[in-house]
Amino acid sequence: MFIAAMIGILVTMALALCRALLGPTVYDRILSVNMFGTKTVLFIAVLGFLTGRPDFLDLALIYVLINFIGTLAVLKFVTYNDLGADPEK
Amino acid sequence: MRYIFFCVFSFVIWLLWSGHYALHHPLILTMGMLSCGFVVYLVSRLDIVDEEGIPIHLARHMVLYIPWLAWAIFKANIDVAKRILSPRLPIAPRIVRVTGTQKTDLCRVIFANSITLTPGTVSLDLDEEEIVVHALTEEAADDVQSGDMDRRVTALER
Amino acid sequence: MMIIDVLSWICLIPGCILCIIGGLGLLRLPDFYSRMHGGGVTDTLGASLVLLGLMFQGGLTMITVKLVMILVILLLTSPTSTHAVGKAALMSGLKPFLNNPDNKGKNEHD
Repeated sequence: MFIAAMIGILVTMALALCRALLGPTVYDRILSVNMFGTKTVLFIAVLGFLTGRPDFLDLALIYVLINFIGTLAVLKFVTYNDLGADPEK
Repeated sequence: MRYIFFCVFSFVIWLLWSGHYALHHPLILTMGMLSCGFVVYLVSRLDIVDEEGIPIHLARHMVLYIPWLAWAIFKANIDVAKRILSPRLPIAPRIVRVTGTQKTDLCRVIFANSITLTPGTVSLDLDEEEIVVHALTEEAADDVQSGDMDRRVTALER
Repeated sequence: MMIIDVLSWICLIPGCILCIIGGLGLLRLPDFYSRMHGGGVTDTLGASLVLLGLMFQGGLTMITVKLVMILVILLLTSPTSTHAVGKAALMSGLKPFLNNPDNKGKNEHD
């Protein structure tokens, strides 16, 4: 059962990678990398069940947060060319 | 009131995530309580323990809103999935403006996030009066413009 | 045990199928703004169903609590990052592909 779920998630990750490689604009790539990160979280969670080590869930929890912050950081860098920029100016 | 709730909430989260809810470790429990107290002190210095930071006054209405939102998300997911799978790709992307009648910033954010969470509609921009929404189909645009979700989010404020 | 396994299957398999559909949408849909909706399908119902299926396997333990926390954080952050990507694209002047004649919003962002 977990192997079936894993294959599904891996196929989705491959599709997201295709879009990240094809993507005409940089925003397409950011969107697909964000989705790839979400799938990674699910993948880690399923992997924890498959190998019988639920400790992996802690890694998944951290990965959700890193994925979110990372997406925002890349977006800010693309938009302002500077991670320390003040958007209010 | 909010401070007490925040203390208890962070301690419960600490207990659940550390797994040290056995009472034979009094030292670790004390250290957990101390760290929760320190976090509450730091956050109170940031001055964000208010209606927006800890919105416990919304919890009563959220009980009704979340199941409705889950059902709306379910329906929208099925609809978008059908459209992606159909070979002709029957989509008609459009940009519409939706007026939000919420008074507080918090509820406006809840409204915009609910729009984005529902597949088929994504909020692109947000100002004082209107939300710019990109809709995948005409039905999704009509749905968000009918104001049903807007009324429900406004009802959270009462 | 059987019932729990069946419930897990019922949640996991549609969840994975929805994820794949979202990935297909990411490839098939014509422009960036439509592709955001494809990503939305995997982020909401796909992820929820997969995590729900795992929760049935976890039972009433710490595992389920952690899965619930993952689900809550995922549902809070995914619309925020989608909105951020969309807004950044709009600010950079990326034109949406619109194929309906009676669109009043068509020229507002030109």
